[in-house]
Amino acid sequence: MATFLSREVCPTIKNILLLDSEGKRVAVKYYSNDWPTNSAKLAFEKSVFTKTQKTNARTEEIAMLENNIIVYRFVQDLHFFVTGGDDENELILATVLHGFFDAVTLILRNNVEQREALENLDLILLCLDEIVDGGMILETDGSIIAGKAATNSNMDDGASLSEQTISQALATAREHLTRSLLS
Amino acid sequence: MAQPLVKKDDDRDDEEYSPFLGIEKGAVLQEARVFNDPQLDARRCSQVITKLLYLLNQGETFTKIEATEVFFSVTKLFQSRDIGLRRMVYLMIKELSPSADEVIIVTSSLMKDMNSRTDMYRANAIRVLCRITDGTLLTQIERYLKQAIVDKNPVVASAALVSGIHLLQTNPEIVKRWSNEVQEAVQSRAALVQFHALALLHQIRQNDRLAVSKLVTSLTKGTVRSPLAQCLLIRYTSQVIRESGVNTQTGDRPFYDYLEGCLRHKAEMVIFEAARAITVLSGVTTRELTPAITVLQLFLSSSKPVLRFAAVRTLNKVAMTHPMAVTNCNIDMESLISDQNRSIATLAITTLLKTGNESSVDRLMKQITNFMSDIADEFKIVVVDAIRSLCLKFPLKYRSLMNFLSNILREEGGFEYKKAIVDSIVILIRDIPDAKESGLLHLCEFIEDCEFTYLSTQILHFLGNEGPKTSDPSKYIRYIYNRVILENATVRASAVSTLAKFGAMIDSLKPRIFILLRRCLFDNDDEVRDRATLYLNTLGGDGSVVETDKDVKEFLFGSLDIPLTNMETSLKNYIQNPSEEPFDINSVPKEVKSQPLVEKKAPGKKPTGLGAPPTGPTSTADTYERILSSIPEFTSFGKLFKSSAPVELTEAETEYAVNVVKHIFDRHVVFQYNCTNTIPEQLLENVFVIVDASEAEEFSEVGSKPLKSLPYDTPGQTFVAFEKPEGVPAVGKFSNMLRFTVKEVDTSTGEAEDDGVEDEYQLEDFEVVAADYMVKVGVSNFRNAWESMGPDFERIDEYGLGPRESLAEAVSTVINLLGMQPCEGTEVVPSNSRSHSCLLSGLYIGNMKVLVRLSFGIDASKEVAMKLAVRSEDENVSDTIHDIVASG
Repeated sequence: MATFLSREVCPTIKNILLLDSEGKRVAVKYYSNDWPTNSAKLAFEKSVFTKTQKTNARTEEIAMLENNIIVYRFVQDLHFFVTGGDDENELILATVLHGFFDAVTLILRNNVEQREALENLDLILLCLDEIVDGGMILETDGSIIAGKAATNSNMDDGASLSEQTISQALATAREHLTRSLLS
Repeated sequence: MAQPLVKKDDDRDDEEYSPFLGIEKGAVLQEARVFNDPQLDARRCSQVITKLLYLLNQGETFTKIEATEVFFSVTKLFQSRDIGLRRMVYLMIKELSPSADEVIIVTSSLMKDMNSRTDMYRANAIRVLCRITDGTLLTQIERYLKQAIVDKNPVVASAALVSGIHLLQTNPEIVKRWSNEVQEAVQSRAALVQFHALALLHQIRQNDRLAVSKLVTSLTKGTVRSPLAQCLLIRYTSQVIRESGVNTQTGDRPFYDYLEGCLRHKAEMVIFEAARAITVLSGVTTRELTPAITVLQLFLSSSKPVLRFAAVRTLNKVAMTHPMAVTNCNIDMESLISDQNRSIATLAITTLLKTGNESSVDRLMKQITNFMSDIADEFKIVVVDAIRSLCLKFPLKYRSLMNFLSNILREEGGFEYKKAIVDSIVILIRDIPDAKESGLLHLCEFIEDCEFTYLSTQILHFLGNEGPKTSDPSKYIRYIYNRVILENATVRASAVSTLAKFGAMIDSLKPRIFILLRRCLFDNDDEVRDRATLYLNTLGGDGSVVETDKDVKEFLFGSLDIPLTNMETSLKNYIQNPSEEPFDINSVPKEVKSQPLVEKKAPGKKPTGLGAPPTGPTSTADTYERILSSIPEFTSFGKLFKSSAPVELTEAETEYAVNVVKHIFDRHVVFQYNCTNTIPEQLLENVFVIVDASEAEEFSEVGSKPLKSLPYDTPGQTFVAFEKPEGVPAVGKFSNMLRFTVKEVDTSTGEAEDDGVEDEYQLEDFEVVAADYMVKVGVSNFRNAWESMGPDFERIDEYGLGPRESLAEAVSTVINLLGMQPCEGTEVVPSNSRSHSCLLSGLYIGNMKVLVRLSFGIDASKEVAMKLAVRSEDENVSDTIHDIVASG
């Protein structure tokens, strides 16, 4: 991604992280060259995790770290993070996090926890692939992202996430939304 | 101990079952052989790919051979018609990023998918192919990509557009041919397609200002549906605004209305983007700022932390340049001090510290004290910095602020944090004379229990310079000598030096200092003993011949007048070529080589902290002094009174960049021409400036110092000195011509030709004005200073300043004209106020203190009137100030 710097006018995502309750990777995706080696990436994840660990991020929270803006949200033993540059519009980052979070919630059928996530790791990786491409935001609507990741998956039992369940899932999502609006 | 550990592991196995438990690369690579089975089991293959991706995601790496092997077997999976498996194959190929010769293997399969009837295949195949492809292949698939851009399926169109954005970096000429299709896609009904198309279109045209301006003009009128696209458009609009500037006739800014309209958009993302864009407009006026501040203020009380953070962060930045504009938000801001999110709280605090007025300081400090204990060091440093600038703004409040700093200095904290506090105290001591004694005592108490050697030694050094000048120097001795008893060798050695400084400055303390120094002769460290011996000797404590007082002080307090880099090179040379002769410090060249342009640093009060020698007001002045004193011709001029800010004598981006710094001495002025050669093919030699001073009658040229050589991109200086009547603020205009010998340089070898051509280059004129004879010197209590100066040489007059853009603009013009230091934060004009008073202080040439009171008033037609009252130690000086204003 040598293209990174020349595009600064465009909203850019530097990475998306899904970590477990101990700060270990469930699934991560880096789009920028800011962390060239795996150890640099791990160090970043560690500092992000320690910095945010104490907060109770049941809704979207935000922090600054090493000239990056990080928006995050925790559910049970899963920690969601989206990182952008210092100059990025915070609300755009939050939208991406929102999309990622919703998509994962739909895919895991509301069972948002580490074990479930690992069992559906293929779908989560597909999700990440559909949200951001090389730093460019591809899609931010959680249900569309989940739809894209899931329609492609061919589950043998056929019932895992068929059209039927998708619409159910959408209903749950809508319910979610209403609840968050009311609260 | 071992028992519970094992048990815990067992527990964890039960609790945290993972499908990837005990996964191992070698085994998974073995498993990957199923890809080669004639009868593909799609589900099993998917699982294996997931495992491979899991390994890569955990940071595992494949060797080249392993990667190639996996890649080849994965390509076999294109035979399967299973959609899910195909998606995993795409992912895997992207992760493996195959080499060019491997890419060929999958190209045909991917091209087939690109033309598939399944949208999902098309979109993904495009993204994969564009990711791994190179230029030659791209021409083959270009046709399909152009089609895909206008595909009716938004996912396919987006995939093609985003790929285009990536490809533009590597193959711009190809992607630029797609403009028509991209333009069509901008009109798409699908929100994200519009966003991606707009991003690509702008990037294709970004170097063509006119085209970008046209794009913005047409789109700001139309309807852009997607919020993300709207944000992009706001960014592009700000770019266009930046490049076009304000319409001088109407005073209106093009597109401002569009930005303001976006503040009423339904998406918060867009509202915020627009508000942010307005706040960073260059030279933004209060009228333009107000609507943006209003929406940000609403965000401050949002229930969403992200929104609060975004708003407070933006307001924090606005507060740096327009503190008055943000004061309306102070109440909302104060409630954020207790915000759960510490980042928000810190930003709120620092904003308040910037916008706060004198009366709110005490209340703020109380709130901050509670807050300091539960934030991280990095935030604390931000707060400390903000408190320092607040203290400089309101010197009368130094007591409570200094107390706050000393309190937090005693608490736990890391090195960086402690250093920030100490630096702040040092700066306050330096800039606020009243704060000196209490500040020094705080520092003394701190070194009593300081774990950082670096800070202890720096404080001891500072104490040695400042302590003897206080009313009761003896009280510091105990603190210093305690260091000699209790600390490590480094601190002991610097404590010895500090003791010696006290001894040298204060005769009454000398005998006691000698006693202490003699005790140090028995120290178990060489350096400490050596220093003690040396100082006893120089100060005459061992009964030997005492050197003259001046020499001693020079020795103890003088700074090394040799550039340290030169010293280092000379010493290295000396070690490399061993000789019998001792090293001679006079052999070190004093000439400063290619002095970095220090004046490029932010002007004004940049915190210099302990690192800089505590004599000069700023480090820049110090550097100038050092440069000038290294030139023998100028050493007779005496003490440097003032150096001006650099004045540019060339347009930006010309062949040679030259600016001038005016150095004012009592009877001389020296012009320092900073020259930069921006042509790589040229070497300039014997560079000097011919100055025509026919319009500056009181000046006569007394000498100059040409620059021997000026290579490409290495700044150099040449000087011209003038004599002028003593103590008189002579003014005049100077025209300049740069003369030099040009030599061609072969850029490949870097060698210059032997023969050069003489050439000259016209520079712009500049003037020496009355403000050049004024040094900014603040006073901590203006009223006291004003009263004690007395009305003997007071001069009062009134002036009409004509129509002005705003009151603030008029105030800052007069301040700049006089070149004086605004006191007590009076340079800030509250928005919408119709009158304003401003207090200035300064030191005029001949070391004359000058105080100025300005009262401004503005009427409905923006006519500004000003009353100017001057008090100084000499009536001529008071009159001169009026002359400056009258002629300005």
